[in-house]
Amino acid sequence: MVRFLLSKLLYLIPTFLGITIVAFGFVRILPGDPVLLMAGERGVSPERHAELSAQLGFDKPVVMQYLDFLWRLLQGDLGNSLVTKKPVLAEFLALFPATVELGICAILIATLVGVPVGVLAAIKRGSWFDQVSMTSALVGFSMPIFWWGLLLIIFFSGILDWTPVSGRISLMYYFPQVTGFMLIDSLLSGQEGAFTSAVSHLILPSIVLATIPLAVIARQTRSAMLEVMGEDYVRTARAKGMPRRRVIGVHALRNAMIPVITTIGLQIGVLIAGAILTETIFSWPGIGKWMIDSIARRDYPVVQSGLLLIAGMVMVVNLLVDLTYGLINPRIRAS
Amino acid sequence: MSDTAELSTGAIRRQMLAEFWFYFRQNRGAVAGLFVFVLLVLTAIFAPVLAPHDPTTQYRDAFLLPPVWQEGGRAEFLLGTDAVGRDMLSRLIFGAQYSLFIGIVVVAIALIGGVIIGLIAGFFRGWVDAVIMRVMDVILAFPSLLLALVLVAVLGPGLTNAMIAIAIVYQPHFARLTRAAVMGEMQREYVTAARVAGAGNLRLMFKTILPNCLGPLIVQATLSFSSAVLDSAALGFLGMGAQPPSPEWGTMLAEAREFILRAWWVVTLPGLAILVSVLAINMMGDGLRDALDPKLKRS
Repeated sequence: MVRFLLSKLLYLIPTFLGITIVAFGFVRILPGDPVLLMAGERGVSPERHAELSAQLGFDKPVVMQYLDFLWRLLQGDLGNSLVTKKPVLAEFLALFPATVELGICAILIATLVGVPVGVLAAIKRGSWFDQVSMTSALVGFSMPIFWWGLLLIIFFSGILDWTPVSGRISLMYYFPQVTGFMLIDSLLSGQEGAFTSAVSHLILPSIVLATIPLAVIARQTRSAMLEVMGEDYVRTARAKGMPRRRVIGVHALRNAMIPVITTIGLQIGVLIAGAILTETIFSWPGIGKWMIDSIARRDYPVVQSGLLLIAGMVMVVNLLVDLTYGLINPRIRAS
Repeated sequence: MSDTAELSTGAIRRQMLAEFWFYFRQNRGAVAGLFVFVLLVLTAIFAPVLAPHDPTTQYRDAFLLPPVWQEGGRAEFLLGTDAVGRDMLSRLIFGAQYSLFIGIVVVAIALIGGVIIGLIAGFFRGWVDAVIMRVMDVILAFPSLLLALVLVAVLGPGLTNAMIAIAIVYQPHFARLTRAAVMGEMQREYVTAARVAGAGNLRLMFKTILPNCLGPLIVQATLSFSSAVLDSAALGFLGMGAQPPSPEWGTMLAEAREFILRAWWVVTLPGLAILVSVLAINMMGDGLRDALDPKLKRS
């Protein structure tokens, strides 16, 4: 297992270096002079320009600049935002819990609904439940979620007036951030109604973000179950008189879950892409909206470091998925 | 001699096509998807004939008119008008051109690029393969929409740049698929036979091996087509894709956002158009997978 872990970690190094090159190169290939870009619309005098260039290291060869960039990165220095002048890492960490909270709720909805639906559809293969749920899954998979979010707002916020349109909590409540997770913080604050407000703000964005992963998980669970249920050992278990419920619950489901867990893990990329759209629609103050706003404001240090942090995060999650997979399935480790 | 050879290849091809259609037809959803897709293609081709109005003409006396069946609707604007008085139906019809065009261009660039890269990696192996696949891993480490967004930020917003960005993001999937298929095929005897017979590298790669790897690539191409339609609409919605006043569905949605609680049709219809097209292509993709890729066959 240690060798498996080490080989996986070693494998990540070139990919991570590649990611840093992409993030570094991104600012370099932008049209225009980076110093002028940072100076903004007022511009700078030639002397100040030279001074700034030297200060920022732009007068050095590109390779040296890249190594400088890597060195600062290793020290945790991701630069400052051009707009707020604050360190990018601090901004990221302040907004990150909002996206994580949304992501966790979405993946919970997707798993808790998707897995049972997939299992049921497989057991009742060909039934109306199978057909309806798999058709819905295909629709969910094809859904433009930015539109789906708008539809839900029209219906639940506009017509029924059940849920708020945007934000994480009603402006009526104010309490200090402890964990950054609104659900926990609102409970800790002890203010009456704060938790309900947080839940009602969270519910629509979570459903929107859960839509595509839910569809993928339901489809994957169904096909994994069908495949496993055709295996010899399942037939043997049935033949020796084991109750159907036990065969499905113990023998089939356990083995079918292996590819499903991988699928759930791999939804992280989908979730981040989805978070960009979901957070924009619901004005959710998370990483996705931050990236979009920074791109629109041409705040390049934020875009650069944000890209790096997000890609790094995806990489780490994928590694964890790989490792879990290796833990569950010894055959993978051996190869 | 050559006549018989040609005849038999023709016959084989016809038989393969018949077999393909047999499996494809089994999946009713796929046939429905194909039907909708053909309708979409026809709509795009005959858009200038079908559309009752010019998609960019603004009728100053008809702002935010509801569809004809609602109170206040007018017969000349069947699906109503948008905030600056443009006919919704005509814009939706012309939007089909954008979506299909985007899908075709993105898939063509990603497919050609990915296949060449994958063929080189799978054929030559060694350090060439290692370098290529690490680069592909790097691209795949970024969430696709985010990378496309950043690329568009670098290249500048607009339809062409959005298509290039999406194609770059999709291309590793084709490269990986081609590489895996090539590596599988390289072990087969017919490749060795062709090599012994004196076929050069290029001939081996493109004429001997590639045709035998096409099945999974076609399935991936269909999937990418629908994702491209979806992602380009998302870019349009975020203001980074096709620019107004183009009647691109995602861009139309972005313009309609502020009217969501006042005029349901300007928001609902473009999204519905996106959903129906993507769904039709995905249903078709399911059928193609059943017919072309026995390994992935839906159980």
